[in-house]
Amino acid sequence: MDGNFMSDQWVEIGRADQIPTRGARLVRIAGKQIGVFKTAGGEVFALDNQCPHKKGPLTEGIVHDTGVTCPLHNWVIDLQSGKARGADEGCVRTYRIDNRDGRLFLSLAE
Amino acid sequence: MSKPKLVVIGNGMAGARVLEDLFELAPDMYDVTMFGAEPRPNYNRIMLSPVLAGESTFDDIVINDLDWYRDHDVDLKLGVAVDGIDRDAKIVRGADGEETPYDKLVLATGSDPFIIPVPGHDLPGVITFRDLDDVDQMLTACKSGGRAVVIGGGLLGLEAAHGLSKNGMDVTIIHLMDTLMERQLDQPAGYLLEKELSNRGMQVLTKANTEEIFGDDKVEGVRLKDGREIPAEIVVMAVGIRPNSALAKTAGLDVERGVLVDDSMTTSDADILSVGECIQHRGACYGLVAPIWDMCRAAAGKLADAEGPMFEGAEVSTKLKVSGVDVFSAGDFADGEDREEIVFRDAARGVYKRLVLEDDKLIGAVMYGDTADGAYFFQRIKDAEPVEPDERETLIFGQSFAGGAPVDPMAAVAALPDEAEICGCNGVSKGKIVTAIGEKGLTDIDGVRACTKASSSCGTCTGLVEQLLALSLGDAFDANAVKTMCGCTDLGHDEVRRLILAKELKSVPAVMQELNWKTSCGCAKCRPALNYYLLASWPGEYVDDAQSRFINERAHANIQKDGTFSVVPRAWGGMTTSSELRAIADVVDKFEIPTVKYTGGQRIDMLGVKKEDLPAVWADLNAAGMVSGHAYGKSLRTVKTCVGTDWCRFGTQDSTGLGIKLEKMMWGSWTPHKVKLAVSGCPRNCAEATCKDIGVVCVDSGYEIHFAGAAGMHVKATELLCNVATEEEALEYCAAVMQLYREQGWYLERIYKWADRVGVDKIQAQIVEDDSNRLKLFERFLFAQRFAQDDPWAERATGGVAAHEFAPLEPVAAAE
Ligand code: SRM
Ligand SMILES: Cc1cc2nc3c(=O)[nH]c(=O)nc-3n(C[C@H](O)[C@H](O)[C@H](O)COP(=O)(O)OP(=O)(O)OC[C@H]3O[C@@H](n4cnc5c(N)ncnc54)[C@H](O)[C@@H]3O)c2cc1C
Ligand code: SF4
Ligand code: FES
Repeated sequence: MDGNFMSDQWVEIGRADQIPTRGARLVRIAGKQIGVFKTAGGEVFALDNQCPHKKGPLTEGIVHDTGVTCPLHNWVIDLQSGKARGADEGCVRTYRIDNRDGRLFLSLAE
Repeated sequence: MSKPKLVVIGNGMAGARVLEDLFELAPDMYDVTMFGAEPRPNYNRIMLSPVLAGESTFDDIVINDLDWYRDHDVDLKLGVAVDGIDRDAKIVRGADGEETPYDKLVLATGSDPFIIPVPGHDLPGVITFRDLDDVDQMLTACKSGGRAVVIGGGLLGLEAAHGLSKNGMDVTIIHLMDTLMERQLDQPAGYLLEKELSNRGMQVLTKANTEEIFGDDKVEGVRLKDGREIPAEIVVMAVGIRPNSALAKTAGLDVERGVLVDDSMTTSDADILSVGECIQHRGACYGLVAPIWDMCRAAAGKLADAEGPMFEGAEVSTKLKVSGVDVFSAGDFADGEDREEIVFRDAARGVYKRLVLEDDKLIGAVMYGDTADGAYFFQRIKDAEPVEPDERETLIFGQSFAGGAPVDPMAAVAALPDEAEICGCNGVSKGKIVTAIGEKGLTDIDGVRACTKASSSCGTCTGLVEQLLALSLGDAFDANAVKTMCGCTDLGHDEVRRLILAKELKSVPAVMQELNWKTSCGCAKCRPALNYYLLASWPGEYVDDAQSRFINERAHANIQKDGTFSVVPRAWGGMTTSSELRAIADVVDKFEIPTVKYTGGQRIDMLGVKKEDLPAVWADLNAAGMVSGHAYGKSLRTVKTCVGTDWCRFGTQDSTGLGIKLEKMMWGSWTPHKVKLAVSGCPRNCAEATCKDIGVVCVDSGYEIHFAGAAGMHVKATELLCNVATEEEALEYCAAVMQLYREQGWYLERIYKWADRVGVDKIQAQIVEDDSNRLKLFERFLFAQRFAQDDPWAERATGGVAAHEFAPLEPVAAAE
């Protein structure tokens, strides 16, 4: 499937219940590695799966409130804004994601 | 009425410190604007060396984060350099073109690294060592490995060389003089230092004069005047610094080497002050932080119109921050006709000390190898009190000898004068700490750190600060007073553990709810801790929360810097067989695993495995009878053994067999931190049992049970728990230690730290002296193990557990 999506399309990537609560899954679309995160409250977010620090895979981090702690050096990335919290500076790209009755759709549009 | 405007140029160590001191004296006096050319908040520049060496991170060395500026209403212009000062209009102009008016101006522009203008000095790959960008550049270069040349064998150059070498570079140090650090060290100490660096694999070339840096479009090497060529991918230039006074000069202030200032740090313009490395005071420029703190205090006093100490110049002392190399010097230690010296050498330990006296007073000290008395001698130099004739004999033995008998540490701290420096990194004196404890009602080390910064950088003065707390608070101070688990709760680890049992809390959400957690679902610090505490408290009942585990424990493999994983199968007691080795070889070929290595724990590590391949790799290893080695867990790691009576002519017991039995009994158990064991067959101790968490040394009469050793960041020999006669007892005692630790240890506290906190004697009392208690511990351990000994690899490879962990989501289809 990889690589066949138009950048302005919504892509169905799976179901919300396939993502562990306070956890994440990786999805590969159009050559991108995108992390899909689910918070304790069931909210779902999508971000490039690369920590702005040294490209740590954010999907392997610990998810808490609406943030994820990177597994490599503990930066905390805000899932809503993609920005590093606290004194760290850096930002990852976020993607729009839509939860339609448990089915997840992701948009590559800017 | 609006407040007068204060502008500070330079958000470095001096600039920010002036503001801190000013806010202490007169919090709301000025509207403050701060310009910092670096795009980051203020940090402890001296700690860049440990950051380069990988011993610290940038996060650890930030002094004031952005919140601090916000809280103090400082208008911070990050990443904006100031281009010009118009003294008539009283305006500074930023590089962004904006103009900012001032009533008072502080110049704290620090210094620039000096670059010797040899041909090639501007090639890509020539790096200086001054700020975080330089460190990042070096670390990037280290990734691809290779050779590095450091030009300059002074403090900075050697710290750079050490850092590069720790990052795997092949390092050559080029030094113009014949002794390293010749400004701080005399020749014998320089010699010892050179020897040590060579032992560590660095090449030191003294009396070496650089002719050119060569290379086509990037650095390829360095050519010396004598024709020698040293190939290199990077060249670090660390030959000295130069006060950064250009801005002041263009503005028409009086400048020689640095910006000229008087004792109140005022420049030739009464409204402009200057502090830090950019100044020149009574003919001297400074390149170390201690005098800078005094400058900042004087400047803050002037700005606040307060009576206070002036800056009258300062003695400086030097300490090299290369881990494992202790070098200290202070004062003036040149030879002289009217000077006397006292020298002490101990070749076996590599110790050299030299004191220089003039007119019966101590004026200089150089120490190598044993620098414990550095602060004491430095104080004696500053005091300038005569050395009594009968003291001469023993002076070189330092403080513990002064007065004949060893002084107890509390008395020694009590005897220090108020101005004695306790924290060298942040320039905090005893007086300041004691005052802060009294005025702010501080009761613990964290409080002192927050209010004074003492002990917040390298931490070597933590013991001294604790003694000051004890001295000031008397019995009210408890070094182990509650340290909260993290920002999500006010409770400490002990409290949480106790309440989990008392209130029968059996899930992470239950703990957070019942114990008033301040955050919705915790953080990356408390969640793994709670998961462990619950697991240890309710074996068989509590359901592990994978999402509260660090990735390594969730994926049962160690994450690597590139996001791949490593796989370490158990090798019981360090033993293996031809069929296991064959199976490992097959797995390596089949999955194209790039690296195979013998670990320091007597087993084999396969590194660079893709996450998606993990289950299949495990399935193949399982098929050959191997299980997870838990190399990734806060759990039982390895049990190292030696060959013992099986083969060795000195073996007294079956050390290999006991090691295997211990590992079979303990594998799979989760613990507060990792646990490593070893069993040696005789006191020659080839399995290194006496630096392990738990170690057994076999002797003719039975088994010595040791515990609380360490050989990582701290090296510490074990404590002897007791001797036992039989193998059964050895197993029982070891398990009891393990269980007591599992029940009492704080998350991420190794056994030696736990023992240090609760006391070795208390542990002995509960295990050795109380037979029934030991038996109960043993039984509780075995009970918990019933639920822990399922191979996590098999569960995931073929048992279908956590399949989602290893496979990415498959997009379904595009939608309209
Ligand atoms: C693989 C190995 C190095 C090797 O190539 O030999 C290793 C590799 C790591 N060690 Fe180690 N240690 C290894 C033996 C040791 C030893 C020697 C020993 O066990 O005999 C020590 C000193 C003994 C000790 O533990 O006291 C050791 C002291 C550390 C420490 C410092 C612990 C401390 O409290 O001072 C850390 C950091 C930590 O745990 O926080 C660490 C952390 C690490 C980590 C987990 C770093 C990390 O978080 O990524 C490394 C994982 C690499 C990987 O993915 O495989 N490693 N490490 C060794 C694995 C042994 C094994 O078979 O399981
Ligand atoms: C790697 C290293 C290790 C060291 N180790 C030690 C040690 O062990 N012990 C010790 O005592 N000292 C040590 N030092 C020296 C110590 O760090 C300095 O003495 C101290 O940082 C000087 O403080 P400062 O504020 O004068 O200068 P800095 O900390 O350099 O701050 C000056 C700041 O001003 C900024 N700036 C400059 N010009 C402008 C402008 N025009 N506009 C805006 N901003 C500007 C600079 O970007 C910089 O951030 C070490 C230094 C280094 C680099
Ligand atoms: S394996 Fe151990 S010693 Fe080596 S770099 Fe990693 S943590 Fe450090
Ligand atoms: S890579 Fe994410 S914190 Fe370093």
